[in-house]
Amino acid sequence: MSKPKIATTSLCGCFGCHMSLLDIDERILKLIELVDFDRSPINDLKHIQGPVDIGFVEGGCANEENVKVLQEFRKNCRVLISVGDCAINGGIPAMRNMVPLEECYEEAFVNGPTVVNPTGEVPNDVEIPLLLDKVYPCHEVVKVDYHLPGGPPSADTLWAALSALLTDQPVELPYELVKYD
Amino acid sequence: MTNQRIQLTIDGRKIEASSGQSILAAAEDAGVYIPRLCWMKGLSPAGSCRVCTVRVNGRPQSACTQPVTPGMIVENDTEELRGLRRNLIDMLFVEGNHFCMFCEKSGNCELQALAYRFGITAPKYPFMFPQRELDATHPEVFIDRNRCILCSRCVRASGELDGKHAFGFVGRGPDKRLAVNAEGGLGDTEVAVDDEAVGACPTGSLLKKRVGFEVPVGARRFDHVTIGSDVEEGTAK
Ligand code: SF4
Ligand code: SF4
Ligand code: FES
Repeated sequence: MSKPKIATTSLCGCFGCHMSLLDIDERILKLIELVDFDRSPINDLKHIQGPVDIGFVEGGCANEENVKVLQEFRKNCRVLISVGDCAINGGIPAMRNMVPLEECYEEAFVNGPTVVNPTGEVPNDVEIPLLLDKVYPCHEVVKVDYHLPGGPPSADTLWAALSALLTDQPVELPYELVKYD
Repeated sequence: MTNQRIQLTIDGRKIEASSGQSILAAAEDAGVYIPRLCWMKGLSPAGSCRVCTVRVNGRPQSACTQPVTPGMIVENDTEELRGLRRNLIDMLFVEGNHFCMFCEKSGNCELQALAYRFGITAPKYPFMFPQRELDATHPEVFIDRNRCILCSRCVRASGELDGKHAFGFVGRGPDKRLAVNAEGGLGDTEVAVDDEAVGACPTGSLLKKRVGFEVPVGARRFDHVTIGSDVEEGTAK
């Protein structure tokens, strides 16, 4: 039997949750014996290659590209897990949800204290993904099977969920591992 | 005759209580924790959050406002009630803007601790991301209404314990919000940093300035201990 496949991706996140995954320390050696990696920052694949058993998604959906990546990811993951507060409630990026989009653009590209922009134009190249009206948690865009909260969740939390899934156990986190900060 | 001893049943267990006690207080004395948010020891009950909802002789009642009566049968820890409470907590999260990752109250927050107790990893309702106002006009205390759950603990503490009536609610429905009794904001009220009202807030809505993150992660109130476990172990103050 081939090894189970894992994929990870980051949407509107800071890669902190991925850092937390690396934080499992020497257990990572055990992990690479147990699983094969599809798309992840480790191999820098731009698209998920094929169906995988477990997908970890970090970050919420802030722009149209995030949505496309998430939808592609969902289609290819048997179990999809949203990792960290940004994926679960939008996190820090969602602080813009209380500000009109136009004001966000103006602050970022025109009026911000560190902005130098003599033409005062907001970049609108077709290569730049369009921002959504709000930052959305992943489970408001696609179906998500499990959530691992935390800013970011601890390495132990990620490991606990992973070990449970790899051994067909239910993902039930002990009190100490459910944290929102 | 408020001190008359009476008997009732809670979750199938016979307990003794004093007549005049609320179900919540009687249960607490007997080592049974009924989850609650707007209730606070020393304040009159408000019955507003409904987290303490139990079934009394089959009918839902708020345990913090309902007095005990002889022979009453109370259900507290049932699948159904746990589900209802979970939903209430979920709603409080999505109706406000709770960013626990940088909230100064994180680890000491009763709302968050209840969510932990119920094992909530994500709310099931869509986030509303409402517009809420901050009030930083007071030199030593601030209000972040993003985290206010309208429990009225500060309102009652200010009136009943501090004798200042500095807080109240204005508006209705989704527009209901915490107000203060001065045009210029909290800084123009008589509120002092050591007021009971300031300490009464279960969330990070009413906080002292310049003491945030004083207690390191790992040593905060609910880092290792589930909310309510002190009641269950009989060590609650
Ligand atoms: S008040 Fe409590 S629930 Fe809200 S952000 Fe702060 S810690 Fe989290
Ligand atoms: S400020 Fe705190 S104590 Fe006052 S109503 Fe809001 S949550 Fe309750
Ligand atoms: S604690 Fe009883 S209704 Fe809030």
